[in-house]
Amino acid sequence: MLKRKNILDSQDLSIEEIEEIISLAQDIIKQPQEYADLCKGKLLATLFYEPSTRTRLSFEAAMLRLGGQVIGFSDSSSSSVKKGESLADTIQTVSCYADIIAMRHPNEGAPKYVANISKIPIINAGDGGHQHPTQTLADLLTIREARGSFEKLKIGVCGDLKFGRTVHSLIKTMSRYEGVEFVLISPKELKIPSYIKEQVLDKNEIKYMEVEKLEDVMEELDILYMTRVQKERFFNEADYVRLKDSYILDRNKLEKSKSNLAILHPLPRVNEISEDIDNDSRAWYFKQAKFGMYMRMALILKVLGVK
Amino acid sequence: MLSINSIKNGIVIDHIKAGTGFSIFKYLGLNNVNYPVALIINAKSKRYGQKDMIKIENSINLDYGVLGFIDPQITINVIENEKIKEKVNLRLPNNVEGIIECKNPRCITANERNPKHKFELIDEEQGKYKCQYCEQVYSWEK
Ligand SMILES: [Zn+2]
Repeated sequence: MLKRKNILDSQDLSIEEIEEIISLAQDIIKQPQEYADLCKGKLLATLFYEPSTRTRLSFEAAMLRLGGQVIGFSDSSSSSVKKGESLADTIQTVSCYADIIAMRHPNEGAPKYVANISKIPIINAGDGGHQHPTQTLADLLTIREARGSFEKLKIGVCGDLKFGRTVHSLIKTMSRYEGVEFVLISPKELKIPSYIKEQVLDKNEIKYMEVEKLEDVMEELDILYMTRVQKERFFNEADYVRLKDSYILDRNKLEKSKSNLAILHPLPRVNEISEDIDNDSRAWYFKQAKFGMYMRMALILKVLGVK
Repeated sequence: MLSINSIKNGIVIDHIKAGTGFSIFKYLGLNNVNYPVALIINAKSKRYGQKDMIKIENSINLDYGVLGFIDPQITINVIENEKIKEKVNLRLPNNVEGIIECKNPRCITANERNPKHKFELIDEEQGKYKCQYCEQVYSWEK
């Protein structure tokens, strides 16, 4: 089903396709040696028009762990882009060499544009503030590993809900599952956009509430998805001073939570999760990075039609 | 009321929103043809109070999608032997290509030479279109 499919937006994947990818990733976790050379002779091109070391390394590690090989560039200043080559021409050329492309680009919709040009499948590794489907897949596998199921979860999302694309994508994807509820925790300046409330939450009859402070809802949550709140996003200094600690998760706040809460974060973090909880069993954000790699392995196998 | 001879074979573009007839007339290049055409502005309309109309004494091909996008309340009457052969009620087209441009400066269409501006209708009632690349939503105001 996924063979030769372009992965541009997590919403393009059906629930069945997501299940397929998750169960393959879970099998890779169980017996990685069985997958160690399934992509022998295959070539992944990582075309990163803006730097994102974390995402690029995750893709490259995924391909190398499948026995495949990797070519690419990690920012546009070092590539032919600087010499004025169009994106379309670069893609035409690269699709002659490689079997699959992972592309990151600052312009929104760039992967969709090149998908029509490329002869080989494109995986969107982030396009501006728009989509980042493999991050969402990593989030899904983490939730599945932490809680065993997607259904009947109360999911808190905290921080910058206005601009945070990972949050929007997670809400859109999780809204397709039975009995999921959301608690939206943000300063009023950074509330979730109304189109997500209307077109996603209300449309799917998903229960949600909006609150300003994390400490007020901590004890109710099954999943807590943290994101960074930047000071510049606040309209005034007074609100920033009043609320800044509400978006920092520390041991104190964690005390009130359920013992099987799972804390996620797309990383990198700045100070929104205090380091003294990194070793707590509720902290899943580093495992989440690892699951991201397994999901990318599963996705590469599926798209190449190897599995 | 001003009377214009009815046409024998051709097209009547009716129920044009009053005040926009002239720009549609120009858009269709009708100021530059060698067959009879008439632009009637501020005609009485039961439905809208006032309307503009265009009568064309020639069978030309019209792009209904573009016309519907410019003004979805338009009705097209195709006339053959002085009779209405076909009546078409226009509506907002599902897809619009190369007419409007995406204004999002981060959109790929603003940064590469080749991608065509493409939009998809997402809400007919409110005339909302979504850029096919960056998914920015636009309300098309007439
Ligand atoms: Zn756009």
